Amino acid sequence: MEQAIQPGMQPVATTFFFYLLSGLTLLSGVFVITRKNPVHSALALIFGLLAQAGLYLMLYAPFVAGVQIILYAGGIMVLFLFVIMLVNLERSQREERFNKQWVVGLVAAVALGVLFVVVYVKGKALFPYRIAQPLENSNTQQIGVMLYGQYMFAFEIASLLLLVAIIGAVVMAKKRI
Amino acid sequence: MAPIGTLHYLVVAAALFILGVIGVLTRRNVVIILMSIELILNAVNLNLVAFSRLWGLHGQVFAIFVITDAAAEAAVGLGILIAFFRNKETVNVDEVDLLKW
Repeated sequence: MEQAIQPGMQPVATTFFFYLLSGLTLLSGVFVITRKNPVHSALALIFGLLAQAGLYLMLYAPFVAGVQIILYAGGIMVLFLFVIMLVNLERSQREERFNKQWVVGLVAAVALGVLFVVVYVKGKALFPYRIAQPLENSNTQQIGVMLYGQYMFAFEIASLLLLVAIIGAVVMAKKRI
Repeated sequence: MAPIGTLHYLVVAAALFILGVIGVLTRRNVVIILMSIELILNAVNLNLVAFSRLWGLHGQVFAIFVITDAAAEAAVGLGILIAFFRNKETVNVDEVDLLKW
């Protein structure tokens, strides 16, 4: 905590890696929503999640990056791949991949994008170029202290949520209760 | 080139959010719609972590809660999908129109 980042320890080539990782993230996002085969979409999503973990590392969040890799790319996506292999794909691969209202959906999404652009152009001054405290060396420790101190109640609620989700998923996927 | 500030990350997250919204609104396959929801949640997480660099670690703690939510949502959503596929033999959302009569 008391050791700040030394001047000699500045990250190198931040700009290059930012554009590389964000480009990979967005490219894999495009692949996720355009591929016909859901397995290809899932693999593209895994790749994008790994690239996004790199972005978290660039933002001095190593614990969130690790959780992203272990939980998202390792846990949730395995669940997705299992379910994709449980439901058969042959019929859906011959069918139309976009629904009938896709023009309306695209227009709505573009309108939302225009809204984002307006907000970010008008509110550019609200997001300054300063870095508060990049405490990379004690990040995990500090997050643990916050989770078990200030956010204790939210933490317990999250565990209750996971229990409810487990029971719900088992009940839903069971053939006969 | 300009130094990478918070706004750069916010723009990337906004683009990722838009991609997820397009996926939810235009695709027919339920699995890909659920994956697009994961894209949206990831965009929110990127925003939270980018802001946590400005205002302390609360954003990262909240990002962990969002990941927990994503896990719960994926489990319940895929359970619903399996039950649905067992009854209707399809994974397309526009064939689930029983409530539209």
